[in-house]
Amino acid sequence: MIVDMARFAAAERPYWDELRALLEGMDTDPERRLTLAEIQRLHYLYERSSAGLARLDTFSTDPALRGTLESLVARAYTEIHETREPRKIRWKAILLGFPRAFRRHLGAFRLSVGITVLGCAFGWLAIRMDPHSKAVLMPFQGLLNSPAERVHQEETVSKDRLSGSKATFSAELMTHNIQVTVVTLAMGMTFGVGTLILLFYNGVILGAVAADYIAAGFGTFLTGWLLPHGSVEIPAILLGGQGGFILAGALIGWGGSTTRPERLRAIAPDLFAIVGGAAAMLVWAGMVEAFISQYHKPVIPYGLKIAFGACELTALSLYLGWAGRE
Amino acid sequence: MTAARPSRLSIETPEGVVFSFELATPVTRALAWSVDTAAIVLGNMLVGQIAKLVAKMNTDVANAVSVAGFFAISIVYAIVLEWRWRGQTIGKRLLGLRVMDVHGLRLELPQIALRNLLRVIDMLPFFYLVGGLTCVFSRNAQRLGDMAANTIVARERTTEMPDIEQIAPAKYNSLLAQPHLAARLRSVVTPESAALAVRAVTLREGYDPLARIVLFRELAEHFRSLVQFPDEAVENLTDEQYVRSVLRVIYGARR
Repeated sequence: MIVDMARFAAAERPYWDELRALLEGMDTDPERRLTLAEIQRLHYLYERSSAGLARLDTFSTDPALRGTLESLVARAYTEIHETREPRKIRWKAILLGFPRAFRRHLGAFRLSVGITVLGCAFGWLAIRMDPHSKAVLMPFQGLLNSPAERVHQEETVSKDRLSGSKATFSAELMTHNIQVTVVTLAMGMTFGVGTLILLFYNGVILGAVAADYIAAGFGTFLTGWLLPHGSVEIPAILLGGQGGFILAGALIGWGGSTTRPERLRAIAPDLFAIVGGAAAMLVWAGMVEAFISQYHKPVIPYGLKIAFGACELTALSLYLGWAGRE
Repeated sequence: MTAARPSRLSIETPEGVVFSFELATPVTRALAWSVDTAAIVLGNMLVGQIAKLVAKMNTDVANAVSVAGFFAISIVYAIVLEWRWRGQTIGKRLLGLRVMDVHGLRLELPQIALRNLLRVIDMLPFFYLVGGLTCVFSRNAQRLGDMAANTIVARERTTEMPDIEQIAPAKYNSLLAQPHLAARLRSVVTPESAALAVRAVTLREGYDPLARIVLFRELAEHFRSLVQFPDEAVENLTDEQYVRSVLRVIYGARR
């Protein structure tokens, strides 16, 4: 029992001050690794302060003293009980961590692809069965013209309409697509319903555009236009969907015995890797869309654009499917 | 007097010691975020100035710098600061808040990124309505981003000791003549009510006389309800004297 609080505080204060100094040093330089002797000392000081806090808990106490010691023990607890390595930026780990995270959750990616394909089928059928639905299904003014008109315009244009604004257009595309991907992932918090709706809607637009151009006989133009950037952009948005479904899966937690916070803690590094990877892909896609996709025959032959897109898709598939396999 | 006890998150260590974090209220968090919004606006103005300089060489690149810079600052600001400053942004530093792991462990970069990226859903449909309501109704005052990332926002403990000689000078204290009751009082007084009493005594000269009487009566009643001292120990003590004696009991033992 603490008979004399003043004496107890006076005797313990040097240890508390030493612990505080050690913790502040770690705060100032998070990258520094403690020596074995320092770790042992930290552990001793933590144990001693914890014991002091336990004594204050049991017997009469001064609230400010308790608050001070509680705060100190809380900070030391963080350092003592943390077994995870501090995360450092290592490019190799980042480059391999993304495909590994992707492969760990292939089911969620397949679901993401499946919902988008369903949306595509819906959009395709809607346009084929009712061409007037185009105005409702396609949100962009540029897509509402007839494909023949658009292709004629693009192939006969005499001057570069993006001249002097390619970089801006590229930045706008990047930021917009990254926003869409992040929102698709974040909508996983609605137990996946929001993610599902967004992916389906994206699929509807894609299917409707494809149906419109292919039915008009401009399949090659469409492929040459979409494939160079779409081969990276569409998978990136599907990755956002994958992230959303991973999040939803952790929230729902079918059949598992772990708690929801445990499940969410387990998926956080993978979600971070996936959304980071998808954002990097969209930066590339934005550049390709502004600098390559918007130029058609005769500026860039369709065969070349399609080959370029096919190469990107193959490289991406190889990277996501095989990079970092153990 | 009924002192509303703020919501806390308690953690029990394997050694059996319990410590707690005081959870930040949605209002404090909103204030911190408004400071951060101002910082983001300043950052964007800086990007705007850089873009103006670049525009002298190439307008297209300057516009791209603006678009990408604004976007990057709004997304990256909180992630980078919370990572480098161990859970704090400028706003959180000013308001004395810190993002912490819900189990008291070290905050990891994926947690920080996730809680900040999920702001897009917390901000829906306007003015953080979803996040604010979730924060109000969730057990640990978490918005959706915090739930997904297993984080909380806690108030940092300020542990400055009051100048007890100024507010309750060392004179004969009839309460200290009852050591067991004094010890009992120290054990049951909450830090919040003690802090409230310190503040009341410190600012007492500035109060309206009537308000001063009412305030100290309520404080004295609160402390009397915690521990009953015998009549001979409290007779002739006004409410204000009683509160100052209580403060001497709470803080006086430590020098």
